Amino acid sequence: MFIVKNRNIIFILTGIVLAAALASLAVFGLKAGIDFTGGTLVEVSYESIRTSPDVVSESLRAAGLEEFSLRESGESGYTLRTGELTDTQREFLAAMFTIGDNTAHIDQLSEIGPTIGTELRNKAFLALSLVLVCILFFIAFAFRKVSKPISSWVYGAIALVTLCFDVLVPVGFFAFLGHLTGAQVDTLFVTAVLTILGYSVHDTIVVFDRTRENLRINEERNRKESFDETAGRALGQTFVRSMNTSVTTIIVLAALYALGPDSTKDFSLTLLVGIVAGTYSSIFLATPLLVAFEKWRRR
Amino acid sequence: MVKTRVAALLIFLAAAGAGWYTYNTEVTGAWLFRLGLDLSGGTQLVYRADTSNLAGADVDESMSALRDTIERRVNLFGVSEPIVQTQEAGLFSGDIEQRLIVELPGITDTQEAIELIGETPVLEFRMLKVGAEPTGEPDEDINALFEPASITGKHLESSQLQFQSGAGFAGEPVVVLNFNAEGKAIFAEMTKNNVGRIFGIFLDGEPISMPVIREEIPNGTAVISGSFTPDSARELARNLNYGALPVAIELLSTQTVAGTLGAQAVESGIMAGIWGVIAVALFMLLWYRLPGVVAVLALSVYVIVVLALFKFIPVTLTAAGIAAFILSIGMAVDANVLIFERMKEELRAGKRTTDAIGEGFGRAWPSIRDSNISSMITAVILFWLGTSLVKGFALVFGLGVLVSMLTAISVSRTFLLALGMHEKNGFVKFLFGSGTQ
Repeated sequence: MFIVKNRNIIFILTGIVLAAALASLAVFGLKAGIDFTGGTLVEVSYESIRTSPDVVSESLRAAGLEEFSLRESGESGYTLRTGELTDTQREFLAAMFTIGDNTAHIDQLSEIGPTIGTELRNKAFLALSLVLVCILFFIAFAFRKVSKPISSWVYGAIALVTLCFDVLVPVGFFAFLGHLTGAQVDTLFVTAVLTILGYSVHDTIVVFDRTRENLRINEERNRKESFDETAGRALGQTFVRSMNTSVTTIIVLAALYALGPDSTKDFSLTLLVGIVAGTYSSIFLATPLLVAFEKWRRR
Repeated sequence: MVKTRVAALLIFLAAAGAGWYTYNTEVTGAWLFRLGLDLSGGTQLVYRADTSNLAGADVDESMSALRDTIERRVNLFGVSEPIVQTQEAGLFSGDIEQRLIVELPGITDTQEAIELIGETPVLEFRMLKVGAEPTGEPDEDINALFEPASITGKHLESSQLQFQSGAGFAGEPVVVLNFNAEGKAIFAEMTKNNVGRIFGIFLDGEPISMPVIREEIPNGTAVISGSFTPDSARELARNLNYGALPVAIELLSTQTVAGTLGAQAVESGIMAGIWGVIAVALFMLLWYRLPGVVAVLALSVYVIVVLALFKFIPVTLTAAGIAAFILSIGMAVDANVLIFERMKEELRAGKRTTDAIGEGFGRAWPSIRDSNISSMITAVILFWLGTSLVKGFALVFGLGVLVSMLTAISVSRTFLLALGMHEKNGFVKFLFGSGTQ
């Protein structure tokens, strides 16, 4: 199996991707959105051309908005992020953007109070921990049967390592996206990460299950085969299946990203990156790691 | 063989019927998909209800009175199909908080929506604590001197403007409160037991009238006499007639989406769905050939069943829900892939087609089950903990996972067996082959 044979190249590639994700995370960082911090998010659009940001900023300041961030969005709109609005500011929100006769429309307005923000943050952490715990149990359950020559917990540990990879890559990517487009971490992003966790863990388990099945059959039939060949064979047997289940998911996510509503674009892109990372890690990373461990242990 | 073919035909007819029904009720408008505010346009307001002045047992009752009052008021202003619901929140942050969620479809001016709700007066009745005495000094915390009375704003039936008669007060406008039957009894009891105490009538948190209870009042009326002008008294009476809130509410969050944006989201969601299905179907056909046809049929049944369920349950669709549905289309064929790959292995091992189909299903099942379990775990946790946005995603995702599992193991199997390919000739082998083989 070429993947097992060329595992050093794969490890280098994985290292590069991981380093890029971590660097992006460290350099750009994740910005918490108003879901978690509280505040106001406004989407504004103009009929044809947007008024220049300087003019709009001045108008916003004149209306009493102190701290805000104004970003261009779409072809002729703005995204405004700021703190709590007063009744008057809310009432004249569209007017603040309307300079001269270039009328602005409020497409979307969300205001989140600080208590809701705190609550959503707590819930997000709780959901993340719960999913992680459940997946740990799921992995422990999947590898509950003792196996040779590598004990079950190693399979479980490697499944966890690949899972970390599956999450770090989209998170790092999102930090980069945040730098590019101003995307912020919101409840949908957390949802995307949790969905990736739930979806990706299984493929790795399938490949490992096949490895263990092959090992058992070899033992029953007294067939001599090196571990990397057995593991490579398992990978080959599950390769098409793993690829195709991912391809169909990637197809629909690509359609959702390209054609779907604006409000779910960041979401579908994060999922897309996560599912690609998940597919890569379960096919290209999990088994080579297992083989490398076995080689290292025998030394 | 005849049996499976009849079953396949029945599934086919049932799916076609469900599809036609779903389509027809949508086109004629008889039974529409329920769209969330982010797709239909409108405003959602979330309030915190201040129940700190209420005894624990009264909280639920007051919350439902609160809901009824707001609902009445919203209906009065001609908002179509508003949703007003109460929610107990903060289970995970320690302090339990009573919330009121108001959804106003079609209203896209947030300030207008806030004012529509905000004009509802909050009417509270309290008793001056024994021994306490208001000094009238500006920094005095008047609320601390009062305790909740047994009668509340929810017992109000109607109110009207009257002009006071009698020496010294002649011609002064007052607002008369008429309690309902239950309120009448409570008020009579309360006044009887508290003769001599000071009764406070609070409007929007401010004490507006503090009469001394002189005797039992059996007729169920109370009079608010403040420094009203005839106009302000008339306005208060009118607002009270629309209903008074038993507790004060405070705005926590708002969410407004313009109708045009929602319509765009629906349109692009449908486009993404259609192209997603077409691309997945093409992939399955090209890679799996004849079983691919079966997978496409099973996928069609899946799509129809889920869409019908959206109407039947009903599920409120949001942009996140549509995303979940499209994602689930990609995952729904996963089970078919697992089955077909196993089937191929059995065929390669020299089994007859029918046996290979049976074996393929049997051996793929644990894998299908497990992969759905891990996705199901995520869906359940998200639904349990999520905001309405995430709940919309989780519900559709969970539903999709369940239904796809059912369609894969029942529909795909029936259709495959109904094809009735026994022969081991080259063409059948080709049809059941895949990829490059």
